Amino acid sequence: MEHMGIEPGRIHFSWVSSAESTKFVQVVNEVTEAVKALGPNNHFITKEAKVA
Amino acid sequence: MLGYIDKIRQISKGLIEDKKVDMIIGFKKGTMPMMNEPCLVKSPKDVEKLVWDSNCGINLANYLTDRKERIGIIAKGCDSRNIVTHIIENKIKREQLVIIGVPCTGMIDKHRLTSMFEGEIEQVTEQNGNITIKGEDFEEILKKNDVLQQNCSVCIHRNPVVYDELVSDLVEEQDVDRYEDVRKIEAMPSEKKWNYFDDLLSTCIRCYACRNACPLCYCPTCFVDESRPQWVGKSDDSIDIRTFHFLRAYHCAGRCTDCGACERACPVGINMRMFTRKLEKDCFEQYGWEAGLSLDERPPLDTYKPEDPDDFIK
Repeated sequence: MEHMGIEPGRIHFSWVSSAESTKFVQVVNEVTEAVKALGPNNHFITKEAKVA
Repeated sequence: MLGYIDKIRQISKGLIEDKKVDMIIGFKKGTMPMMNEPCLVKSPKDVEKLVWDSNCGINLANYLTDRKERIGIIAKGCDSRNIVTHIIENKIKREQLVIIGVPCTGMIDKHRLTSMFEGEIEQVTEQNGNITIKGEDFEEILKKNDVLQQNCSVCIHRNPVVYDELVSDLVEEQDVDRYEDVRKIEAMPSEKKWNYFDDLLSTCIRCYACRNACPLCYCPTCFVDESRPQWVGKSDDSIDIRTFHFLRAYHCAGRCTDCGACERACPVGINMRMFTRKLEKDCFEQYGWEAGLSLDERPPLDTYKPEDPDDFIK
């Protein structure tokens, strides 16, 4: 994805066991922080079709 | 390469006459210059139809999928690697095949040639590494090595990897830097990468010729044709186009042999190998894997090894 132009830090991978609630909270916080820091991603907004 | 054809015909004729195969998959002359067509030969008298020159860029492994007959197939380096991939993926059995290996010196880039001349090219002939291009009011001689398909010029597996018959001595493999252009993109900042691919795909009309020409794309219903559920938008909106190319490339991860069939088939000349080659490079660097080289090894995406890289998982 990064190769195609998505900023590093927007995509995260993690492995969290169902027993690891604290890790889950920590991961969610980290991800939201990192993505907020990057700001909104406007690439995937589809414009309405132009009508002639 | 021109000299190969007598040998190809002779081997093919023998195989059909001895009833070792039911058909030969090869090339016949196309109706337009630089466009040889794939053809199935089933009787000895039709063997004369077969041709071999530098316009045989289509990947013949594409025609093997789920066939039940015994087949003789003409295979250059990349075809043979795709045949191996087909066998590994249970799309054909090795016992069904007689592989006629053709050491390859590269195929001509028809997109490039067409754009080099203003008039229509009417005839293309080759001799001793030179290509003669004739049109209504022009004639030019070019060196074949200067007009190779881009994937051929960086090819490092010109010789077939599996074969039962060989039409000539093996050719010398090239020692080239395969990924120079991929590294160039990797070095770009995100915004530039995004724009690069926007530009690259701007002319795409979603005809799916790339998918149809690709020997890896054999799903009975492709994800882009599926409508329940509909995985991806079907419009020619730039995001939908990008999603299609991106997902298609991902389906080829660890399987793509860089045969260039997709690019060759593209009617508008999009270099979509820029997607697949990044994945190919990653596979090579992270798993030491090159697709289709061995029948005995499982591809990296369907095996687990403790040393697989996992530092992207937090």
